[in-house]
Amino acid sequence: MMDCLDAREVGVRLGGRRVLNDVGLTVRPGEIVAVIGANGAGKSTLLKVLAGLITPEEGSVVLAGRPLAEHGARSLGREIAYLPQERAVHWPLTVRRLVALGRLPFREPIAGPSADDRAAVEEAMAATDIVRFAERSVMELSGGERARVLLARALAQRPRFLVADEPTTGLDPAHGLSLFAQFVRMAALQRAVIVALHDLSLAARYCHRVLLLQEGVALAYGTPRDVLTPGRIAQAYGVRATVAEIEGRPVVLPIEPLA
Amino acid sequence: MTEAVAGAQGRRAAGWTLPVMGALAAAAGLAFLASLLVGPSGIGIHLDSDAGRLILVEIRLPRAILGALIGGALGLSGAVLQGYLRNPLAEPGLLGISGGGALGAVIAIHSGAAGAFVLALPAGGLLGAALAAMAVMLLAGERSGPLTLILAGVAISSLAGALTTLALNLSPNPFASVEMLFWLLGSLTDRSLTHVWLAGPLIILGGALLLTTGRALDALTLGEEAAQNLGVDLKVLRARIVAGTALAVGAATAVSGTIGFVGLVVPHLLRPLVGHEPRRLLPASGFGGAALVLAADVTLRLFAPMSEVRLGVVTALIGAPFFLWLVIKTRRELGP
Repeated sequence: MMDCLDAREVGVRLGGRRVLNDVGLTVRPGEIVAVIGANGAGKSTLLKVLAGLITPEEGSVVLAGRPLAEHGARSLGREIAYLPQERAVHWPLTVRRLVALGRLPFREPIAGPSADDRAAVEEAMAATDIVRFAERSVMELSGGERARVLLARALAQRPRFLVADEPTTGLDPAHGLSLFAQFVRMAALQRAVIVALHDLSLAARYCHRVLLLQEGVALAYGTPRDVLTPGRIAQAYGVRATVAEIEGRPVVLPIEPLA
Repeated sequence: MTEAVAGAQGRRAAGWTLPVMGALAAAAGLAFLASLLVGPSGIGIHLDSDAGRLILVEIRLPRAILGALIGGALGLSGAVLQGYLRNPLAEPGLLGISGGGALGAVIAIHSGAAGAFVLALPAGGLLGAALAAMAVMLLAGERSGPLTLILAGVAISSLAGALTTLALNLSPNPFASVEMLFWLLGSLTDRSLTHVWLAGPLIILGGALLLTTGRALDALTLGEEAAQNLGVDLKVLRARIVAGTALAVGAATAVSGTIGFVGLVVPHLLRPLVGHEPRRLLPASGFGGAALVLAADVTLRLFAPMSEVRLGVVTALIGAPFFLWLVIKTRRELGP
């Protein structure tokens, strides 16, 4: 399928250790896909492979019929935005300038920002509700505000695929929920979101599909209902868990570690 | 800080960029003119006599041009390295290139080649800088990041430093050791237009290469992976930085000796004035470095015209108090 981001039989070794083995995943426009699994299961590596940051030794990732490696780095940056797990910002830029970095893949050498670039930056800041501190230094913001600014940078790329590595870590419940509300809006615009998560309730509630990884291998892939069962959760995380429905929404509650 | 105040400060820093750039360029221009006007033969330009013309063209002009180019190279490469390593304490010497250049020049003096042939000294410096750059690239390896590059740079830098002291230690006679030592201190005295022709094109080429890294350095503000996602090829970036520094700083060291602190102090001081953006800091630091080296050299000629105080000593004397101020400022910012 031309519009899909398609990972096929992906295998990656890092420092001699096998981190991913024969993992496949097809992400279609309009989908939110969760990648879950215990620490060290290979989630981050898979996300980097999907974003074209790591070229897998085995298998390939195909976008619009061509392997990612054949797309130029800049043209890939116009299709796929990658939001790293660490919220590193090394210099105290203003929020607006930081968000504008998302337009770098679109800018011609030497040329200043186009009207389109400016519009994308304003649009991304409005969508993440950060306009009111646009001129402040990023370093003065709270953790939740900074997370929104970094998301705005990725949105400014107007990506067809957003790859976000544990974006809710360290966010309070309100910020976590509004982040997913943003993902839902993106999906409605036929963009796709691939998100690594530890919050299984968020995965169950918002994601169309869930890929469960264990030690670099896909343990299960399907709808949240199929994947997020007490049996699979016990197998992947070694915890006893309850899957329930509260106010019509799925909730996954880990109870205790298995002996 | 209230939101309004912080917002105003952000806007001010952003809006300052053009005036700051203009002011720095003007300062560099004025320092250049001052460098043409000042010398042991008196203040002013005397075009009415052959001696006056000779002094201007053969002595003061090369010195002013080299001061501007060398200061610009040091400021610019300091800003590039601080941006690349995302460390405000990085400086051009960190890559081992100036250490290699110094070693090459010292060997040229030690071997007697510099005495036999005037250009052997800068040629030795260039060769040393080029070899150091290649060694750093080889040592850092294909796939490594900034950290390995610094480690490789520090390793080559210490090796070059050790061999330089060995050369000093084994110097054939006291005159040679004094010559080496003075050369290591850094100076623009008695440089001719030949030096300008030798180093100038290389410095300009290296500077141009370094100026192309601005956007990639901006992207690195978000870390290496996000920068890669924004279209930065980290391997190409590193190659440009090492090659640009080797050309610009290597050529600068080859004709002037080691002039310290400029590459560290100038970007550090100017960063807040251009809104902390690495890309905007590059030209600003180039102008700032040129202004600082020229001003230090003019000051030296005005106040100690006949003494043997070297330019590198003056920049170090400016640099050290700056560090003290930095410590106090950081303590105040981080303190209770």
